[in-house]
Amino acid sequence: MPATPNSTAAIVQRCQDLFDDLDFTAARAWKDAAPGRKVVGYMPVYVPRELIHAANMLPLGILGGGENMEVIHGDAYYQSYICRIPRSTLELGITGKLDFADGMLFPFVCDVIRNLSGMWKLLFPKVYTRFFDTPQNYKDEVGGNYYIEELRELREGLEELGGARITDEALRASIEVYNENRRLVREVYAFRAATPWKAPSSEVYLLMRAGNVLPVEEHTQLMKDYLAAVKAEDRPMRDNCRVVLNGAFCEQPPLNLIKSIEMAGCYIVDDDFMLVNRWLLDDVPADGDPLANLASAFLHRSAETSAKFQPDEGEKGKYLIQSVREKGAEGVIFAAPSFCDPALLERPMLQAKLKAHGIPYISFKYAENSGQMQPIREQAGTFADSIKLWSAA
Amino acid sequence: MSTQDVIKEASMLKQKEMIANNYDLLTSTRGHGRKVASTFVPGNLNELIMCFDMLNNLPEINAIQNGMKKLSGGYITEAEKGGHSEDVCTYVKADLGMMKRGNLAPNGKPLPDPDLLLLSYTGCFTFMKWFELLRAEYNCPTVMLHVPYQGDGKTTQNMRDYIVKQLKEDVIPTLEKVSGVKFDIDRLRENLRRSAKAEDDLVWVLETAKNKPTPIDAYFGGVYYIGPIFTAFRGTDDAVEYYRLLRAEIEERMRQGLGPLTPEGEMKEQKYRLVVEGPPNWTSFRDFWKMFYDEGAVVVASTYTKVGGMYDLGFRHDPDHPLESLADYCLGCYTNRNLPQRVDLLEKYINEYEADGLLINSIKSCNSFSAGQLLMMREIEKRTGKPGAFIETDLVDPRYFSAANVKNRLESYFQMIDQKRRALASAA
Ligand code: SF4
Ligand code: SF4
Repeated sequence: MPATPNSTAAIVQRCQDLFDDLDFTAARAWKDAAPGRKVVGYMPVYVPRELIHAANMLPLGILGGGENMEVIHGDAYYQSYICRIPRSTLELGITGKLDFADGMLFPFVCDVIRNLSGMWKLLFPKVYTRFFDTPQNYKDEVGGNYYIEELRELREGLEELGGARITDEALRASIEVYNENRRLVREVYAFRAATPWKAPSSEVYLLMRAGNVLPVEEHTQLMKDYLAAVKAEDRPMRDNCRVVLNGAFCEQPPLNLIKSIEMAGCYIVDDDFMLVNRWLLDDVPADGDPLANLASAFLHRSAETSAKFQPDEGEKGKYLIQSVREKGAEGVIFAAPSFCDPALLERPMLQAKLKAHGIPYISFKYAENSGQMQPIREQAGTFADSIKLWSAA
Repeated sequence: MSTQDVIKEASMLKQKEMIANNYDLLTSTRGHGRKVASTFVPGNLNELIMCFDMLNNLPEINAIQNGMKKLSGGYITEAEKGGHSEDVCTYVKADLGMMKRGNLAPNGKPLPDPDLLLLSYTGCFTFMKWFELLRAEYNCPTVMLHVPYQGDGKTTQNMRDYIVKQLKEDVIPTLEKVSGVKFDIDRLRENLRRSAKAEDDLVWVLETAKNKPTPIDAYFGGVYYIGPIFTAFRGTDDAVEYYRLLRAEIEERMRQGLGPLTPEGEMKEQKYRLVVEGPPNWTSFRDFWKMFYDEGAVVVASTYTKVGGMYDLGFRHDPDHPLESLADYCLGCYTNRNLPQRVDLLEKYINEYEADGLLINSIKSCNSFSAGQLLMMREIEKRTGKPGAFIETDLVDPRYFSAANVKNRLESYFQMIDQKRRALASAA
């Protein structure tokens, strides 16, 4: 459909094009637009993109190669029992699709990503490669101090890469820019939770993915445009049930999987795709010491996921129950990548909590290139039916 | 040498007795009242735990024991039936399944519930989830010691400070609270002094594999040699004594020009010297070992024997810097090192131990070890010109040990080494 530039269709199409583009044309264009620009890739689940932004570099979220990438070389580096995202990510590297990335950050999420950082060092010695550690101790003077120093080291690494200092002022400005971005992300999520028929998850997903490859300011604007467009549009409400999707924080499911869940009669009203967009739960203070502020936000006000230790058994899984309650969800869909330690080890603990609260759930596994959606559609369909029956009873 | 003689080795008897005693202590806490900490082999803080008169129970070791006794398969199935994924580490599932079936120690008596889960997070992501899972079952205090990964191939002061602070502010106060015993740093120093002594002897033993022929097998035999230092005995007089005995025995073997001991007696011919990366399979440990010694293959260095500490690179527990030295110990464990460091280490082993090649036993359970091993092999082949081989098994899941496949792979690998030798000889 020929659409006006700010119509929902046009925005979604733009996001879809960015999503499909395994050559990262938009990010390359950004880099080429001015001499000396640098791009720093990062993997799930979280890196403080503010630092990269403050260095005038483009943070580029890498989430593997997705369903359309043929993995040839990557498979030669991994045994069959390891998930797919590291293979397709290596494939991107080896086939030159990431040759414009001057840096790569591999955050604390699991041993596969951790080890991939070392592989990247061996295979791409010219790239600034860093395992980005985050604390598992949440006391300011213990984990906090450690993390501030980690941030300082990252800052120095980026300064060296860019050949310029990253000032506190620049950092504070970047924090503001990301605060606004996170506000919009929260708004989109809240809007979807309230009216999921107006903002289907297949669209919201693409909109969030765009945040991986676009400059943050552009992404923020795109979210504003999307919200304005969908609010103006009349979209029919379906008799779907409402679910929270959990476990897909690293390797991403094929877009078709999200569509299949929706088609099977489930509105996804919360999820953990691309946690980086909403990792920090509130605005980070834009005055004072920027590194200390980022650290404090990480320690005390950041998202929960398997890659973080939960020191208090009483708090374990609470965020999921809360999300179900707050978003008015009726059940949870656990969707985890095959062979994913964090998601699959966490799952039984979360399931036990849901059971204790009488919240129904289903579970399945996927790979980023899973083709067969029929079983998932059937499972989600049966789940939706049973929820409806249950709530009617 | 007959099997009879093998059993008589004093160090073996000593170790057997130490393990039995520890299980007896663990299964009689009702009588003596000592508290129990569960913890992990990498980053094991045994010297510290002992300062609080606590006992150390290591779920990984229980899983290994159950693997060797062929009990783990049933336990794993039990855990999978209870909703644990077939994709995750089988140590965890063997442990959870064992618990469901009464948590029986090798002496047939039930292990007590832990009084503390000491989550020493060193080199493995699964550890964190493992103890969260156990915490939900036991509902006991849990204390985390987060050991940062050596992402850049080095340790920093920041990492060390972070660990020491966690020890001071979280770990030690929790140990005090659980045990009711006040921390005495001098007691820790004493324990560390004993550790260092035993560590000297262990390194001496491991390095005898540089000899030709080697008096030890540094993988199959090695797992016995590291036993006391990696588990509940580092820092004890027993461990010092064990390593003294072991060293004397190996000295004697060297004097007599004897090869390593195997379950079937002394290994005579040593045709292939290998470096091995990755943990062994436990459910078919004897069969696996036999595939090597039957072909005259001996392991001269292995990385698995470094998961609980890299003593051969010079690290020793240091009574003069007790907490810092615990931090350095944790930071230095093998799986806490990045891939380039691991490749460098393997290269060094191949060269210093004059090995014929690198064998990787890739473990399905263990992403910490396994993710990246294929690249490691390529790098080693490239750097040393020595052939590598790759086999895939699992730790304690008997479903993933295919004896025929492993044997075939090994035989063709040994042929490859032969060919390489012939080619070298004819080129010379
Ligand atoms: S999908 Fe899971 S196991 Fe694989 S890299 Fe991501 S977090 Fe790690
Ligand atoms: S994943 Fe590997 S290191 Fe971790 S517990 Fe399992 S076997 Fe041990």
